[in-house]
Amino acid sequence: MFDLSGRKALVTGATGGIGGAIARALHAQGATVAISGTRRAALDELAASLGERVHVVEANLADKDSVEALVPAAETAMDGLDILVNNAGITRDNLFMRMKDEEWDQVIAVNLTAAFRLSRAAVKNMMRRRYGRIVNIGSVVGSTGNPGQGNYAAAKAGLIGMTKALAAEVASRNITVNCVAPGFIESPMTDVLNDKQKEAILGTIPMSRLGKGDEIASAVVYLASNEAGYVTGHTLHANGGMAMF
Amino acid sequence: MSDIADRVKKIVVEHLGVDAEKVTDNANFIDDLGADSLDTVELVMAFEEEFNVEIPDDAAETIVTVGDAIKFLEKNAA
Repeated sequence: MFDLSGRKALVTGATGGIGGAIARALHAQGATVAISGTRRAALDELAASLGERVHVVEANLADKDSVEALVPAAETAMDGLDILVNNAGITRDNLFMRMKDEEWDQVIAVNLTAAFRLSRAAVKNMMRRRYGRIVNIGSVVGSTGNPGQGNYAAAKAGLIGMTKALAAEVASRNITVNCVAPGFIESPMTDVLNDKQKEAILGTIPMSRLGKGDEIASAVVYLASNEAGYVTGHTLHANGGMAMF
Repeated sequence: MSDIADRVKKIVVEHLGVDAEKVTDNANFIDDLGADSLDTVELVMAFEEEFNVEIPDDAAETIVTVGDAIKFLEKNAA
């Protein structure tokens, strides 16, 4: 089950806590992976730890030209692309009334617009090959909202809508498009929370713990597999029960 | 009939699975040949590959019949 041998996957934001776990998990299932991020040294380190079947493709997802170049670079490096994981994400938290246009724009650009452009580029050849898996990494706050994260919640909710629209368009070509929506996961993004904040968050999670990157990665592996071929347009929530839909 | 017209019609027949005699110059991909909008995108991609040309989106939108495709490619294919 969930064998990805021969499959070629691109993971954005692969230097992050969740992205790194996703790249490792896809690779462990046999996929060839192209890992993308902004920090070259961290990408090289991840590539070295994975060994074979790994390609490093640098990209700055805030930059349009860099985004446009990413899918072609991955396709060239791996001779194809079967699985796209739009994982990269940034936060620029602020109270809504204080939120700067730049904070809004940056988060929408990286978390939503880049996923749109990468999916648009990838789906073309997936249609030719009559096979594809796109997995967008959303967030529980895309469904629940979160104070201080108007931009982030909007981008993540946008991903869910985009996922459903694209899923409907390309379903007949054997391409599935889904979301994984993590709750609070141990990662650099949650490391910045102080103990009081963490305690408050844990109080809202029935499992009383943060999730692990591996627990998100395994959801991605499932949606990227042949076995998930009849699941499309779905948002798979992995959040320890903090929000149930 | 030009060589380009033959190749265009062959691609249309193969891609849409329609009878060759239906694929006339006036045949509209969607109304006459049963293509959906995604098929028209794929046909353009197939033409690009076969003729090694790039068909920009604004040009692709004007290609609605078999004849439109032949005319575009006769003008633009090397």
